[in-house]
Amino acid sequence: MAGAHAIKVTINGERYERTVLAQELLVHFIRDTLGLRGTHIGCDTGNCGACTVRCDGRLIKSCMMLAVQADGCELTTVEGLAPPEAELTPLQQAFNTEHAVQCGYCTPGMVLAASYLLERNPDPSEHEIRRALKGNICRCTGYQNIVRAVRAAASGEVEVGV
Amino acid sequence: MTRAVVETIESVEHELGRYTGRSLPRTEDRRLLKGQGQFVDDTWMFRQGYVHFLRSPHAHANIRRIDTSKADALPGVYATMTAAEMAERCEPFFRIAPDPAARIVEYPLALKARYEGDAVAMVMAETRELARSAAELIEVEYEPLPAVVDAVEAADPRSPVLHEEVGSNLAWQGIYDYGDIDWALENADHVVRIERLHFHRFSSTPLECQGALVNWDLGTGQVEIVSNIQFPMFASQVMGPSLGVRQDQLLWRYQDSGGGFGNKIAMYPQVAALALISRKAGRPAKWTEYRSENLLSCGMGNERTFLDIEVPVMADGTILGFKLRAFDDAGAYLHYEPLGAVIWSQVTPGCYRFKHVHVDYTETMTNKCPTVPNRGYSRLQHLWMIERIVDTVARRLDFDPVQLRKQNYVQPEDYPYETPNGCVYDSGDLPGALDKALSLIDYDGARELQKRGSAGKRIGIGIGSTLDSGTNNFGQARIINPDLPFSGNGEAATVKLDLYGEIYCTLGTSPTGQGHETTAAQVIADILRVEPGDVRVNAGFNKEHSAYVGFSGTYASQFAVTGINAAIGAARRLRAEIIKVGAAVLGCEEADIVLDGGVASYRGDSERAIPLIGIANVVYANNAVLPPEIADSVSLNCRYVYRPPFQVPDPETKRGNLTLTYAIQVHACVIELDEETGQVRILQYGAVDDCGRRINPQIVEGQVHGATGHGIAAALHEAFNYSPEGQLLNANFYDYRVATALDIPELKTDHIESPSPFTPNGAKGMGEGGGAPLATICSAIQDALGPDAPLVSDSHNSSERVWRLLRGQESSHVDVSSR
Repeated sequence: MAGAHAIKVTINGERYERTVLAQELLVHFIRDTLGLRGTHIGCDTGNCGACTVRCDGRLIKSCMMLAVQADGCELTTVEGLAPPEAELTPLQQAFNTEHAVQCGYCTPGMVLAASYLLERNPDPSEHEIRRALKGNICRCTGYQNIVRAVRAAASGEVEVGV
Repeated sequence: MTRAVVETIESVEHELGRYTGRSLPRTEDRRLLKGQGQFVDDTWMFRQGYVHFLRSPHAHANIRRIDTSKADALPGVYATMTAAEMAERCEPFFRIAPDPAARIVEYPLALKARYEGDAVAMVMAETRELARSAAELIEVEYEPLPAVVDAVEAADPRSPVLHEEVGSNLAWQGIYDYGDIDWALENADHVVRIERLHFHRFSSTPLECQGALVNWDLGTGQVEIVSNIQFPMFASQVMGPSLGVRQDQLLWRYQDSGGGFGNKIAMYPQVAALALISRKAGRPAKWTEYRSENLLSCGMGNERTFLDIEVPVMADGTILGFKLRAFDDAGAYLHYEPLGAVIWSQVTPGCYRFKHVHVDYTETMTNKCPTVPNRGYSRLQHLWMIERIVDTVARRLDFDPVQLRKQNYVQPEDYPYETPNGCVYDSGDLPGALDKALSLIDYDGARELQKRGSAGKRIGIGIGSTLDSGTNNFGQARIINPDLPFSGNGEAATVKLDLYGEIYCTLGTSPTGQGHETTAAQVIADILRVEPGDVRVNAGFNKEHSAYVGFSGTYASQFAVTGINAAIGAARRLRAEIIKVGAAVLGCEEADIVLDGGVASYRGDSERAIPLIGIANVVYANNAVLPPEIADSVSLNCRYVYRPPFQVPDPETKRGNLTLTYAIQVHACVIELDEETGQVRILQYGAVDDCGRRINPQIVEGQVHGATGHGIAAALHEAFNYSPEGQLLNANFYDYRVATALDIPELKTDHIESPSPFTPNGAKGMGEGGGAPLATICSAIQDALGPDAPLVSDSHNSSERVWRLLRGQESSHVDVSSR
């Protein structure tokens, strides 16, 4: 068994100092050690994007990174997009209004990937949206309403639900 | 066929419509969007141990010796188990199949490896990583055996036998014979013969893998099971006798499930294994499938080979039916099979008025992953075959594929339409749906584009028409095995008025993303004349809290009928009780009570009224004010079981009404095919759906999108490939190419709403789709290939396969004889 390492990370604004095993994946650290279960695991190979989080601003797949590699990093998970009791963000609201959520398993990663896109490109075309989300697999929606939701959020045309 | 005579049902459509039929945003979404959902792997128990299954690397092998001692000695390992120990601690699972496959002896772990991925031992340890490392220390001495990976070959008596106790690889065999196919073949003007069609193996791979957390409480005997299993009450019925526990000991629950598509129906061997190791270790057992494990062993859709297809056709284009032999590949075990061997017959003639059908059906076991239901279970294979027949008839006899379909479709005036095997199609407008689908893709414009052509590219236009049969009659299982004690169908719900006037619903269903919390609230709000936001629907499934019947679960396109009508029935019972109490309190006749806006009032005098909180108060906490005969006759906690009007089918003639509703899908697409690479690009895709009265049109459209996405992905990208030795060549998401946002084009949708006369709310089940994209894309590829090209005979068409077809490489021969 590999050794243990002390790491310091900031996640969603909170600082943590923990000891992790050398082989421990970042996603397992986030889920099992810190109990932030909004970050999901779908494929173990970096294909599906269910484990997408932000690391020092970049969009990463947390199953492709060891926890020890996150030492000194600032991470944002889906729980960090807004406080627990807060209203949905406009992008999240668009996912609701456009019915871009079915089982909801890909949703946190999809929302993080979409918000990353909109930060860098506030008015993406349909093709740009599809390209930006190609690392996030959804098996329920055929991607139709996810693309619509990102477009709606970009254009500011989000209706608040009934 | 004749118009069918059916039991009259009471329609409740007039009571719906205020919120039913509206695209209300889903109430489930908020928690899922904020990362506040609770999926099975998000669940945790004190003292839990992580389980790892050791899986066979061989497709077929005897296990000479298995030694867990090194794993047992590792610090942090809580328990190990092998199949031999399982056999001492439980009874074999009961079988759906009749003899000889009924003789299969199967325990939660395998005594002999029958496919690559077969679980032969398990470890429970302190951490996930330790459990995996410990599993590697288990010594297994395998004696590899020859494997059989083809369903037709497996039927050959000379092939290796998987289950010695059966004596062959036969899972089920039977002949379905309706009308008079020999007469039709003799008297037809033309007979089209197709040598072979093959429907490939794929799976819709829900993004969340399977998982369970099981705690066998040795103090109370209760077995708590948190699992994303899709059909908990089926598993409960299989596991009870196997584990030797009462049904009330098995406590199933879960909150959110990350997709199912049928794949999570047959998880009971793993759950039973977890229960037994939990009992042995005295700890909760947690298992979350790895993706590679999921692809190897969760289950795959039915692979089917159709041979010697003969199609009698009259000179005017009337297709009389078909005769064929079908070989279905069950894989190594029969976890839900051989039900697929009858389920296809819900749609025997497809969308068409075929009167003479003869199917010689054989299902065999092979050294491959076991089959599980996969979206469109067992019908999409058959419907795809029929669409290939229709296109081939059009092409070889020079009929227009649109007109040929319209001519042979069941016509709008034919409904209710009885098929040759006694199924009753409820309603629809197939020609109208086809017109709408063609208009979505600008059919005339596409034909122009095709004529114009461009260098190195070919344009193809495809059509696929399918049925999504919903609300099974489980009596069809008796066509497979007359001794099975199953028939009918149903679902349960409770709706109650709680202490402070709150309305709360529990469902027996186990949703995997279909929005049951939202849609049940819509119909209950209509019945009780409140706002949908006033109704809370329990999330997920909980056997302790929820009403259930033996059929409870979410599968086979039925929630809009079974689950919703159970909720409607329970809400109507609650309404009757509210009115009864209201009349007693207000001192008037029940007929004079108006229930609206959360208040029961005397008709014409809104001052003389009692709100729901008042009704609840006098029943729950103030019952001395009520006349005893009223107090004794209400509970404000109303359970209702919706039961569709079915009779038991006849196993001898294989006739009967096997399904209550038939949603229709007609799809059309335009593709561009690259001559150099064989790559297919979808230019236009249109999907028209008719599922009767829609409860929430946006959710319906979402289901159409999803089913269409799965079909397109399967047709072009997704296929499980086994080597001749039985090794799965693509057991990860790199090699098993799941469709991304760049692979699924923009889908245009339209609908027709033909209410079902057989359901109280006029709805038809939907969601599985009929696999229309597979038929549509094959049809388009065939069209693009041109008149002299070989037959598109496989449901999966990678660029390589299309490239070979372009170069005239034939895999199935077509022959036409005319009088």
